[in-house]
Amino acid sequence: MEKAQTGDWVQVFKVVLKPEERAPGLPPETAKVPLTMKVKGFLIDQAAAVGDQVAIRTATGRKVEGKLIGINPAYEIDYGRPQPELLNIGFETRSLLSGEADKQ
Amino acid sequence: MNNNPDFSYQGVMSRKNRIMKQAVGIDYDQFELEGIAFDYDAMMNKAGYSLEEVRKIQEETNVGKTPLFEMHNLTKLVRLHAEPGKGARIFIKDEACNPSGSFKARRASLSCYQAQKQGYRGVISATSGNYGAAVASQSAMRGLNCIVVQELFDSQDLSQPEIMEKGRACEAYGAEVVQLSVGPELFYKFLILLEETQYFNASLYTPFGIAGIETLGYELAEQVRRTVGKDPAAVLITHAGGGNVTGTARGLQKAGCKDTDVIGISVDLSGLHMASDHDFNRKSFTTGHTGFGVPFATWPDRADVPRNAARSLRYLDRYYTVTQGEVFYMTELLAQLEGLERGPAGNTSLAGAFALAMEMDRDDVIVVQETEYTGAGKHPSPQLTFARKLGIAVKRGKPEESIPGQNIIIPESPAQIAVKRVDLDNLKKSYLKKVAQEKGGGALSPVELDYLAAELKTSTGWVEKHYGKAGG
Repeated sequence: MEKAQTGDWVQVFKVVLKPEERAPGLPPETAKVPLTMKVKGFLIDQAAAVGDQVAIRTATGRKVEGKLIGINPAYEIDYGRPQPELLNIGFETRSLLSGEADKQ
Repeated sequence: MNNNPDFSYQGVMSRKNRIMKQAVGIDYDQFELEGIAFDYDAMMNKAGYSLEEVRKIQEETNVGKTPLFEMHNLTKLVRLHAEPGKGARIFIKDEACNPSGSFKARRASLSCYQAQKQGYRGVISATSGNYGAAVASQSAMRGLNCIVVQELFDSQDLSQPEIMEKGRACEAYGAEVVQLSVGPELFYKFLILLEETQYFNASLYTPFGIAGIETLGYELAEQVRRTVGKDPAAVLITHAGGGNVTGTARGLQKAGCKDTDVIGISVDLSGLHMASDHDFNRKSFTTGHTGFGVPFATWPDRADVPRNAARSLRYLDRYYTVTQGEVFYMTELLAQLEGLERGPAGNTSLAGAFALAMEMDRDDVIVVQETEYTGAGKHPSPQLTFARKLGIAVKRGKPEESIPGQNIIIPESPAQIAVKRVDLDNLKKSYLKKVAQEKGGGALSPVELDYLAAELKTSTGWVEKHYGKAGG
């Protein structure tokens, strides 16, 4: 199993408020789950595996403790799939502008 | 200082005022008048900066002076569908040219300047939007530490692609990003961080956060006058927390634009609860929507400062909504017809402009006052890919068949782009209802009446008439 070493860039997870500690007046689906947090930083501990309780040093120098959930975690963002509903919009409107739509 | 502070929700919230006062360096008490009234103008004048000062501060960190472009092809397309003599000229202010890719750099510039001047070591901002990257970028330039607190993921660990991208941008500028699950207690965590770090609260809603936008309104007035020799007939502003409307309108006033209509546009997300773990990821727009636009207009002081400097009902002439699908459609038009890949959220007011230009005279000028950068996650295709994954139907059709959270209807033709008017009088009545609750139904003093008339851009007579009906 991959282990993070001291100084590695990692992500930790922590429960901030348990359901019973949360603010009053929340919708039921929110009230029944905890408020949780993820923070990234450099691992302070010597070596740790995902799932371990660890301490990190964040970009501002704060020490934060939590469960290790990612070692050098990826940015999981992309451009998704081209959307069929958007693909023809340019063609359609350029046709309108050039008057071709009227000729057809 | 208490060495064993109470970190329960109630405990932290009870220290709210003390934490806030320390973290913005403004004694808000000095502006209180009586009852619900406070001296808004005094707050803006004393705690803010003059337009000239703001311009100088913004020059230091490369903010503002963004170009204004005429949208020739969009205007041409409007005129194909407009009555003879109608079809206003559409201009857009390319705010994506700011350092962090949106107009939010203007807001962040003054907060970071102020933090530095007052000797704070860092700044904190609670935002899931472009403002985070703006604060991070401005902090980087001024050598300040920066923490951005985001609401990002639901209890299934699913995250909004757009907010993930904004978090990545903050990290790119060297900020620490604290990411939270859904819930209004983000404010609780925010207070704990302020208390722990003693950083400056770079709130969107301080006088600094608003004064920074005044240059936007002022610049665009100058640019329109230079280009067409007259004032814009209307300026369209994507409306969420009210800062964009307030700051832009104040800038237009300072430029002397007396006859320019200030129009707010929000994406209609009615029916989706802002604090709902279920609804959170079913919104394909994370800002510029009615979930912020309506509650912040009807009660501005729900913000993260004691008195909110963003007070949209003081400035709005009209307010409309558009659908999510219409904004995605306009985002596509902006790229494909004007060669500008921007947005999507910033194109909310562009969708409004397209619809309203059809009814306006050909020689009128309508200005869309912002664009925002686009990128992986923050783009129509990942947003719609994500929406489909959550079971939201995406199809071409009639925009009026849109149901937020259930479907996204992409228009079949530009002629279908339309705005839905929000009755400002109804929002003003909601505001008075809240005042009546705050006052336990008690009568309004003359000072409160004058305050409310200014607050709601109306007469004291109107306030008296409707306050009574609100239960006062």
